[in-house]
Amino acid sequence: MSTVNASGWRPEMGETDVMTAATFTGNRALMLEEALIFEIGDSHTTGVDFDPAPRVQSRLGGLERQRDIGLPGLSEPEAVRHYTRLSRQNYAIDLGLFPLGSCTMKHNPRLNEKVARMKGFLDAHPMQPQETVQGALAVIHELAEWLIRLTGMHGVAMSPKAGAHGELCGILAIKAALDARGEDRPVILVPESAHGTNPATAAFAGFRVENIPATPEGRVDVAALKTRLGPDVAGVMITNPNTCGLFERDLKVISDAVHAAGGYVYCDGANFNAIVGRVRPGDLGVDAMHINLHKTFSTPHGGGGPGSGPVVLSEALSPYGPIPFVAKMPDGSFKLVEEESAGEMHPETFGRMTAFHGQMGMFTRALAYILSHGADGLKQVAEDAVLNANYVLRSLEGTLEAPFAASGPCMHEALFTDDNLAEGFSTLDIAKGLIDEGYHPMTVYFPLVVHGAMLVEPTETESKAALDQFIGALRSVANRAKQGDPALKSAPHFAPRRRLDETLAARKPVLVWKEAELPIAAE
Amino acid sequence: MRYLPLTDSDRQAMLATIGAASVDDLFIDVPEEARLNGPIAGLPMHASEMAVERHFSALARKNMAAAHHPFFLGAGAYKHHVPASVDHLIQRGEFLTAYTPYQPEIAQGTLQMLFEFQTQVARLFGCDVANASMYDGSTACWEAIGMAGRVTKRKKAILSSGLHPHYVSVAQTMARFTGDTLDLAALDMAQSDTARLLASIDSETSCVVVQYPDILGRIEDLGPIAAKAHEHGALLITVVTEPVALGAIKAPGEMGADIVVGEGQSLGVGLQFGGPYVGLFACKEKFVRQMPGRLCGETVDAEGKRGFVLTLSTREQHIRREKATSNICTNSGLCALAFSIHMSLLGEHGLRELAALNHARAVQAADRLTSIPGVSLVNDSFFNEFTLKLPANARDVVHRLAAKKVLGGVSLGRLYPGQATLENGLLVAVTEVVSDEDIETLAVALQETLVEGVGA
Repeated sequence: MSTVNASGWRPEMGETDVMTAATFTGNRALMLEEALIFEIGDSHTTGVDFDPAPRVQSRLGGLERQRDIGLPGLSEPEAVRHYTRLSRQNYAIDLGLFPLGSCTMKHNPRLNEKVARMKGFLDAHPMQPQETVQGALAVIHELAEWLIRLTGMHGVAMSPKAGAHGELCGILAIKAALDARGEDRPVILVPESAHGTNPATAAFAGFRVENIPATPEGRVDVAALKTRLGPDVAGVMITNPNTCGLFERDLKVISDAVHAAGGYVYCDGANFNAIVGRVRPGDLGVDAMHINLHKTFSTPHGGGGPGSGPVVLSEALSPYGPIPFVAKMPDGSFKLVEEESAGEMHPETFGRMTAFHGQMGMFTRALAYILSHGADGLKQVAEDAVLNANYVLRSLEGTLEAPFAASGPCMHEALFTDDNLAEGFSTLDIAKGLIDEGYHPMTVYFPLVVHGAMLVEPTETESKAALDQFIGALRSVANRAKQGDPALKSAPHFAPRRRLDETLAARKPVLVWKEAELPIAAE
Repeated sequence: MRYLPLTDSDRQAMLATIGAASVDDLFIDVPEEARLNGPIAGLPMHASEMAVERHFSALARKNMAAAHHPFFLGAGAYKHHVPASVDHLIQRGEFLTAYTPYQPEIAQGTLQMLFEFQTQVARLFGCDVANASMYDGSTACWEAIGMAGRVTKRKKAILSSGLHPHYVSVAQTMARFTGDTLDLAALDMAQSDTARLLASIDSETSCVVVQYPDILGRIEDLGPIAAKAHEHGALLITVVTEPVALGAIKAPGEMGADIVVGEGQSLGVGLQFGGPYVGLFACKEKFVRQMPGRLCGETVDAEGKRGFVLTLSTREQHIRREKATSNICTNSGLCALAFSIHMSLLGEHGLRELAALNHARAVQAADRLTSIPGVSLVNDSFFNEFTLKLPANARDVVHRLAAKKVLGGVSLGRLYPGQATLENGLLVAVTEVVSDEDIETLAVALQETLVEGVGA
């Protein structure tokens, strides 16, 4: 008997063979393979119809394009199918629990999408005369007021585009304040458990970064920090709650010491979700803190952005914050303070960080989220987020090594390590095993202060039933790793792709698609 | 509270498992004096979906929406027609509510899209490679200047006076802290900056930054600047704030640009009062290891199937910390998706048609508007945006036009406050959404405004 496809179905196959046999298309029922647009489309096809352009004399300065660009086009049905198929190869919050520690993957309410798309916001140009955009300016101002009140701070810079951009804003404000004092302080202290963006930001702004160690219980070593303070230290960057999931209970003590030594305190607010409505960073002596609207205030992550990173500032740093910002005028109107009026209204600003005025589309979403929750709901957010994380911690501490379980309750995330797995098994195997169980893995190998970190942040938008199922799944995968189940080493088995060769990708980078080279014709 | 699934009995059961008497016990590490015992005073309590929507509807109505009026604003943000399928597709929950693709086996949708996006951007700009996006054009521009500094190990950047003033401001802010030197000049409506750029390039120069088309809409050959820069070991950075233009004019890479950055807002993203937008970043392959931001690369999985991963991450902050090429983490993924879908729908043919239509409309508008007595055209060349010199202060004219329900352009006075030589300049952008009737409405309103006399 002949077979069309050596690896495909043949009549003599048993059921087990059929499970591994190739299909003609490469698809596996609802798991659909999808080619690249460059393989589907061509340069003549288009999914957009235009009226013919009126004939005019070209005024392009003699620089008319001669060469083809090489852009494939798709008709609308092809495009809809292409991107719909691609979307189905993604995990997402809409599909299930997404316990990525420090990333706060909570439900994204659809009301937020609806209000952001109201014509008055979506279809307003950033340089429209200000009298024609009073509603947009009002939204920015209202959100700014909420952020100030929720953090107990003095001012807020709304324009930073994401968390790391916000960090830069805070660090530039610190540098500007030092310049105004005529002091050159070249060093920023960063705890070793910090997000990588902290040292990168400080270095980007021209500071030298020095690490501060953690104590065995997972908090900043206050004694070591105090010893290092001095006239060369501009400030510290501290994450609170920290990346081990713990509240830095000595932050006020640290702030007082840093201030006494003439420095400033930057707080990485990535984990603000744990304390929103329950603790105000301003009460702990913080001088600057960015707020990831795409974390605490639920604007969607969109597969890697856009984010938005407003920075709340203390009274000491507010004068140096960036332009533009929205001011409420005595007559009740809103004014965008730009370069022109900065001299009069904000003379010590360190300048502009971005074109236009920040992530308006994120402001509307975040404000809708905040108004929906109110002061009472936001407090409940923090409490449920912390409750959920502690529930995960205590449910799994008997299965996985939890290095700081004895340090007291965790905040919004629970930290585990791979210390008690079978020989040759690591965090990576647990992560890939969770994929087969239908979950996005937790944050892995971060923070760097423990071995094989697994940082689980369930967020407040998970039900108890969802948590129980996740706990069961993680326990099952962890037990397989402890027993040395070889099938776990090759997980995931059921995802659209098996483990991908990242070494190959980095060694021979292929970053753009190229037509396959045609074989050279024989001479 | 509609977004919080835990019930009170769930909470009690979970506290029992944890061994805590109340949720307050979970916050014991917060110093007593910093604990808030009730909702923060003076702030509103939770609200229904209906109430929140009503609040926003009222605020949205206070804005003049571009679609409802004759609309001619540009200056780095353009109103284009975005096909309905774009917004539908980016709202697929699997795109909208996914994270940065750290786990590639379950993020192939985002990763393949990014690989396609990178290829589209590289081809549009005439470059070898592109990254997976930056925040926006202005921050991409600054990052390019920083990258040129790393490549050339020099600190002096020469910025064309035709570069968007906000982009210049961002570079100035950053240069103040990094110690880079910026060589700047004042914008002149009468002539472009090319002669000064050519004269200023020397062996200390790390890069020359030129916007194409420039802030006034002028289009100039980048070839001579590229040649002079390369002669001195410097890089040419080209900034494109209107990517649709590249459907009609030569790609910067074709003329020798080493790094091309841009604002991708025109395709798929919409105006959104200034953000979120999407920064485009492309360069020659030999500089790839100095690039900022995320890169998606092709590879294979354990069964040999093609797949995609984030790659060359040893440049990035989460690995290299203080030695990273940039501190950027979250970029503009969903806007990159919108850009890529719109570009796929257009394709080569559609983009060319779109560009031709934009240019033709702009030419018609320029002809009509310069028929108004006292109004003259500044540009010799332009794509879909040009500068008019008015016989009056353009800033006042813009406000008067807005009062007549016409959004007539961006005044140079708004962009360059305090520069008297520019105060009569009006930037007018004309895209495919502008109708003959819109052009006529603007022309009539402008003529009336000038006759009435501004400030009268």
